[in-house]
Amino acid sequence: MSPLVAIALRFTVLSLIAVGGVTTIIPEVHRIAVEVHHWVTDEEFTQMFVIARAAPGPNMLLVALIGWQVGGLPGALVATAAMCLPSCTLTYLVARAWQRFRGARWRAAVEAGLAPITIGLVLATGWLVARGAQAGWTAYAVTAASAVLALATRINPIWLLGAAGVLGLLGLV
Amino acid sequence: MTVPLAGPAARPTLGELYRGFFHAGARGFGGVLPWARRMLVDERRWLTAAEFTDLFSLCNFLPGPNTVNMSIVVGARFHGVPGALTALAGILTLPLVAVLSLALLYDRFGHLPGIDALLRGVGAAAGGLVLATGVKMAETLPRTARAMAFLVLAFVAIGLLRWPLVPVLLTLAPLSVLAAWLRRA
Repeated sequence: MSPLVAIALRFTVLSLIAVGGVTTIIPEVHRIAVEVHHWVTDEEFTQMFVIARAAPGPNMLLVALIGWQVGGLPGALVATAAMCLPSCTLTYLVARAWQRFRGARWRAAVEAGLAPITIGLVLATGWLVARGAQAGWTAYAVTAASAVLALATRINPIWLLGAAGVLGLLGLV
Repeated sequence: MTVPLAGPAARPTLGELYRGFFHAGARGFGGVLPWARRMLVDERRWLTAAEFTDLFSLCNFLPGPNTVNMSIVVGARFHGVPGALTALAGILTLPLVAVLSLALLYDRFGHLPGIDALLRGVGAAAGGLVLATGVKMAETLPRTARAMAFLVLAFVAIGLLRWPLVPVLLTLAPLSVLAAWLRRA
């Protein structure tokens, strides 16, 4: 199977299960791109995650970068389209029926049931991204410090990322 | 016909849809959502605050990036399929160009030792930020054994054991929804 076809198929499936946003499927993108297909290394994956976060826009563009790595511009466009179009089509169709379900008991149960799983997946994403960056205990310290500062203060995350980048440049991470 | 005081402004044209979502995407450093809300509710008044909340819970519940879904729903509401595609193109244009430009720069300069070291530092912090987001989201959960059990199961299966997502979700999601349903019965 050509890599572009593999990307299109893999990301189409992911698009339809990305309930709660793209952060929840990043562990699966990692498994497919790093462990199954070896499109990128563990370290490259974390770097791409960082680049996708540094650009404005949805985090979903991580898949554009992986597509780029595999097949240049066509790869990036195929990956983005595969990630967007299935969920967008579903959204378009469901949006028209949505008003009827407001207050429905099954809808509340679905929301209450999916929320903890979504959050478990977000935490798994943080774990994998941090792990891909690890070179030693100082890197774990940076991860822990940024998590604690983000939780305990209202500091703009840009400053945390910038400070960590400087520490990296100085060879301290 | 009465016009509500804080009601939405006039129906946007396709061009206005494109420009509105283009700006929301362009300003969305660290997440598009706050910018999308500002644009839709405060600045252009295409939606009321209540409509925004309602549509956002829909977009959260459906798969895919929330804000991309939001562009589809809002675009479709005013202009059907052409509106949805226009809004989608608007919100993706600049971010896609930006991320690919960064990738080009990285291809060219990424081999410099400084860039690697810099990205390693930023990556360590970025992982911490995502963990913090997860913890903040977890604070909104009800303090029940049910919620905590499914949270931990999802984290262990996906983050530690590295099992494939599809079978894990197809197992955990129905069980979790069923547990929530029985609890409310």
